[in-house]
Amino acid sequence: MAQPAQERGAAIEVRGLTKSYGAVHAVRGVDLTVERGQIFALLGPNGAGKTTTVEILEGYRSRDGGTVKVLGYDPARQRQRLKRQIGIVLQSSGIDRYLTVAETIAMYAGFYPQPRPVDEVIGLVGLEAKRDARVLKLSGGQQRRLDVAIALVGNPDLLFLDEPTTGFDPSARHEAWEVIRNLAALGKTVLLTTHYMDEAQYLADRVAVISNGLIVAEGSPATIGNRERARARIRYRLTHGAVPPADLTAPPGPDGLTELVPDDLTTALHRLTGWALEQHVDLTGLEVIRPSLEDVYLELTDSPPGPASTALTSTAPASTGPARRKGRRRS
Amino acid sequence: MNGAALTISQVRYANKAFWRNPASAFFTFAFPLMFLVIFTALLGHGTVRISATKVVNTSTYYVAAMASFAVISACYTNIAISVSFQRDTGVLKRMNGTPLPSSIFLGARMVHALFVAIVLVVITAAFGRVLYSAAIPTGVTLLRFLVMLVVGAASFCALGFAIASVIPNADASPAIVNASILPLLFLSGIFIPLGSDAPAWIVWIARIFPVRHFAEGMQAGFLGTPFHWTDVLVVAAWGLGGLLFAVRFFSWEPRS
Repeated sequence: MAQPAQERGAAIEVRGLTKSYGAVHAVRGVDLTVERGQIFALLGPNGAGKTTTVEILEGYRSRDGGTVKVLGYDPARQRQRLKRQIGIVLQSSGIDRYLTVAETIAMYAGFYPQPRPVDEVIGLVGLEAKRDARVLKLSGGQQRRLDVAIALVGNPDLLFLDEPTTGFDPSARHEAWEVIRNLAALGKTVLLTTHYMDEAQYLADRVAVISNGLIVAEGSPATIGNRERARARIRYRLTHGAVPPADLTAPPGPDGLTELVPDDLTTALHRLTGWALEQHVDLTGLEVIRPSLEDVYLELTDSPPGPASTALTSTAPASTGPARRKGRRRS
Repeated sequence: MNGAALTISQVRYANKAFWRNPASAFFTFAFPLMFLVIFTALLGHGTVRISATKVVNTSTYYVAAMASFAVISACYTNIAISVSFQRDTGVLKRMNGTPLPSSIFLGARMVHALFVAIVLVVITAAFGRVLYSAAIPTGVTLLRFLVMLVVGAASFCALGFAIASVIPNADASPAIVNASILPLLFLSGIFIPLGSDAPAWIVWIARIFPVRHFAEGMQAGFLGTPFHWTDVLVVAAWGLGGLLFAVRFFSWEPRS
């Protein structure tokens, strides 16, 4: 055995992972493979099992069933060795508020066998200007970048980012995305959870959608859920009185736009624009629309009304009843 | 870094963070001295009968009592409250995701609390010496005093981790910590000396819990009363019990 196990194979291999909290089946048989060097996004609504899955991989939670290998280690039994090679950005986690940025990063650097230089890490996350500021003086976005810096300083092979930009304003999100892209350039494997489609689209090489504790689709952001094969729509606005070929028109919608889903997009578009040129008709707002990642996602995660959701809606009025009564009694 | 170097480096970071939170550092240091001044001003002109033959000035009594109180608040109260705060804000969870061994993280907290406790005792003793001419332990007495101080500080730290293990959240922590320690401080003669006519149930409570034993060990240094190794043993037994409880039930993540 010349090579340690963790030098070969995928960064993350999960088969049949299950985890329940009492009667709640949070994860119900997840299979997942993340190749080395990939940015892998785990997408899903709140409560779908994203964080439970990721925290099992990080070693924070025990699993009920299935096999898990992270960098060749079983997180449940070889956690101490695994910790040296991973970096974790939790959904929310505090930092001692009275240390400076540089002190905090230096302190965490001391925990790892081969840390990266502190100032290099500060540069990677763009906190040079705040190097000697105390943590309590940082903005939300800056604290998140410090989170990433702490996760990076041990020079890990694999980074976990659990909803790294939730609660950010748009410019802070774009800054964070640049930081994450820089990580990929360093050759790191990144497992990212998010419920933002644009985030997955912008960052990820590969996307898996998790819903109700199961992976319901997996692929590249462009092809997931057969997105590339889904039929595109053509939309345009007609100047008054013009009559296009019968198979290329439809009654306009409330926004005044005509919309159609042709069998053969290329032919339909050619004929439509050809007709418009011949007739000197202006097709204002002409566009071709593919289903967005968001459309695919919503379709995939829109679970049919099962027992769980009916239970939720039916108990909601019942539970507000007593509360209201209690309130009245108190006043 | 090896374990010792890592511990020292953690103690230094803990120390930096401690002093940069002025409110917390100020009150840790101000409370025992403030109580010392208040109690001596209110009750300082009398004497306290410590045993059948030994009577001391109330002010001297309070120097020893407030030194004990200072150690208990630096170790037990401070650790329990700051640990439950760090747990709720996720500092502990983040630490738990790094290769830093838990024993080093928690051990460094204890060493830092011990350091603060020693500084507090020195300040209280010097304050007592200057203002109230309290006796300062020397020689063998000083050595025994230091043993009690270190064993006591470590044990109250362990008990602080133990109570932090059952505190549900940071909001509840000051209330729970104070509710667990304040009655004991009164029942153990820290704030009001237990006279020879104290009710039997109070004497029994004082005998069972570690506060009275710790205070008597500390008094032996300041007041020249007999030093009993049983006091050290009882305090150490509580400390060990607290440590085992904490090892079993300590949580690195918010409990609710």
